[in-house]
Amino acid sequence: MAALRQIAFYGKGGIGKSTTSQNTLAALADLNQKILIVGCDPKADSTRLILHAKMQDTVLQLAAEAGSVEDLEVEDVVKVGYKGIKCTEAGGPEPGVGCAGRGVITAINFLEENGAYEGVDYVSYDVLGDVVCGGFAMPIRENKAQEIYIVMSGEMMALYAANNISRGILKYATTGSVRLGGLICNERQTDREYELAEALAKRLGSQLIHFVPRDNIVQHAELRRQTVIEYAPDCKQAAEYRTLAQKIHDNAGKGVIPTPITMEELEDMLMQFGIIKSEEQELAELQAREAAAKAKAAAAA
Amino acid sequence: MSLDSSNGPAYKNDGEFHQQLIKEVLEAYPDKSAKRRAKHLNVSGAEKPDCGVKSNIKSIPGVMTIRGCSYAGSKGVVWGPIKDMMHISHGPVGCGHYSWSQRRNYNTGTTGIDSFVTMQITSDFQERDIVFGGDKKLGVIIDELNDLFPLNKGISIQSECPIGLIGDDIEAVSRTKSKQIEKPIVPVRCEGFRGVSQSLGHHIANDAIRDWVLDRKGPKDVIESTPYDVTIIGDYNIGGDAWSSRILLEEIGLRVVAQWSGDGSVAELERGPQSKLNLIHCYRSMNYIVRHMEEKHGTPWLEYNFFGPSQIAASLREIASHFDDTIKENAEKVIAKYQPLVDAVLARFKPRLNGKTVMLYVGGLRPRHVMTAYEDLGMQIVGTGYEFAHRDDYQRTAGYVKDGTLIYDDVTGYELEKFIERIRPDLVGSGIKEKYPTQKLGVPFRQMHSWDYSGPYHGYDGFAIFARDMDIAVNSPIWSIFKAPWDKAA
Repeated sequence: MAALRQIAFYGKGGIGKSTTSQNTLAALADLNQKILIVGCDPKADSTRLILHAKMQDTVLQLAAEAGSVEDLEVEDVVKVGYKGIKCTEAGGPEPGVGCAGRGVITAINFLEENGAYEGVDYVSYDVLGDVVCGGFAMPIRENKAQEIYIVMSGEMMALYAANNISRGILKYATTGSVRLGGLICNERQTDREYELAEALAKRLGSQLIHFVPRDNIVQHAELRRQTVIEYAPDCKQAAEYRTLAQKIHDNAGKGVIPTPITMEELEDMLMQFGIIKSEEQELAELQAREAAAKAKAAAAA
Repeated sequence: MSLDSSNGPAYKNDGEFHQQLIKEVLEAYPDKSAKRRAKHLNVSGAEKPDCGVKSNIKSIPGVMTIRGCSYAGSKGVVWGPIKDMMHISHGPVGCGHYSWSQRRNYNTGTTGIDSFVTMQITSDFQERDIVFGGDKKLGVIIDELNDLFPLNKGISIQSECPIGLIGDDIEAVSRTKSKQIEKPIVPVRCEGFRGVSQSLGHHIANDAIRDWVLDRKGPKDVIESTPYDVTIIGDYNIGGDAWSSRILLEEIGLRVVAQWSGDGSVAELERGPQSKLNLIHCYRSMNYIVRHMEEKHGTPWLEYNFFGPSQIAASLREIASHFDDTIKENAEKVIAKYQPLVDAVLARFKPRLNGKTVMLYVGGLRPRHVMTAYEDLGMQIVGTGYEFAHRDDYQRTAGYVKDGTLIYDDVTGYELEKFIERIRPDLVGSGIKEKYPTQKLGVPFRQMHSWDYSGPYHGYDGFAIFARDMDIAVNSPIWSIFKAPWDKAA
């Protein structure tokens, strides 16, 4: 058996991380890979499409009921879904209380120490939003995930988050083996999205590993709590995910230490692409509008 | 207020030698640290109204600072002594356990029934409390405490570090539970990582008294007022200090309506603003709340010093000057009444202590307040410093110290040891951490935080004990056999 590969999906909240990761992992399972998904989001929705239901028994939920994680068995928290994919969710507190970051650390340590990672080819972490604190950086710390895949789109905040996550990777890349595997652009149909994603990937010293086009069939599958791979295995969108899965599979050991850019550089880049306007430009446009309004008023008088 | 301290012996310290010592000590540091530490070390002189040192600044990582944390300042100093409240050390068990009964806050009452000072209550945070938050657990603890100890008059929540990190809403829990059990519940945000020393903890604790006791809506303890009502503030009754102070105030005809917070109670906290004059002993830890009571309730305040007969007399006169002639006459009578006791103490101990030198390193008040008590015994202060003083404390110190006194702020373990080694005073007064290293250097030592399990040291009665204790330390026969016999031969 090949050495265990650990990967992680990061990206701005609502970008479609969980959907992208589950579809891709389902495609990887079709390539006969044994997979464990570790959901690192207190919402515990990283495995819903694989299990066809929202996972109820999260690690932290059960630990809280039992007293502590020491009272748990791995079997209690690992469920098996599509094509034998093992699924577990860290879980965490309800919004606004406690420390979800600490929960992620606790859950990952428990899974590792209790042999959840044995007998699988892939461990995949699905992590919420941004790297807000040390806990959510856990998968990139301590030589856990070797490659990070950042799910993003052409939206400004998604680009900003991608750059920020790269900074998190850079911080731990020098002390460990974590690398940036690449960007996955989940199409939002924004202006010049493909070029922008490619340009950012280049600036980060990485690659745009795949551009996933938008297709409503993903929604149809999701409503049935399924991946596209399972719902419509022969459709065009399923093929896209299979391509992405193959690319990730072939990308082993090809991750890079990212070169994140400053906020100014990012804004400059967005200006070049006409996504945002410079202050001078905005001022000029404002003046033009005012002048036009005045002229109109004068004409009316 | 600066008290006249001219009663002590006239002496000057060797300022030049002390300047040289500071230079020597700083040489051991890397340049950057030496530059930072240099600001905290100086020699007193007439031209230095703040003793020439910077204070209340973050300690340098890597040095052995003697300071504590905010939690220590709130739970250990200000809130802990309130005897009829239960104080929850909220967070993992260590902070509560290792601070259990650290200060000797004497109190009356029956432990576990109506007095809880020596008890240690903790929410014993576990991993799941960190992850899921501890608010529910806190509510349960409050209910349990109220069931188990129904005579408690209130509960305080002393936050340990993790509470601030995970953002538990202890204020909301306090409000809800306070309504349910109809007692004050006081959330104190004294997380240890806040501030540079325990000093911020005092401030936070003072603010909590203001917001959650004085400003609390609901029935409060109301006293029938007299013109002679005073409150003792900032006396934590270490070894009974507040009691030996209280009797003097009562003897001059005043009525002590509250003690904050040594042997104190919730009712006494509520009475504070009702007194005619707030008398503050430890300025550093409670000046915030007396200033507040002055602004909001119009209660004037006055600093006093009950260490040693010269300051006791000066303070009694100063206090009496705020009242009518009866009180002023009483003050003179009381001072005269105790003069024979003072004479007897001095006759017995002054010959044994006269001319002996002392170095002090204590918290936020005693480095200046006890100086004159030593001087009353003929002893001389060669060096003094504070763990957590601010500039206003050093300004007050300038009036106490003689020229040439070595001043060290937030002294490091290394600096203090070097200073003691080179000065070799006849006595060092500091804390438990400094005690044994100093004695191993062959230098007599007394703990000046806990009175070395003795006390009280306040008031005339306290002075007799103080004098005896210093004599025990300085003139112990142990020092004559300190040198190994084989060293003599060599």
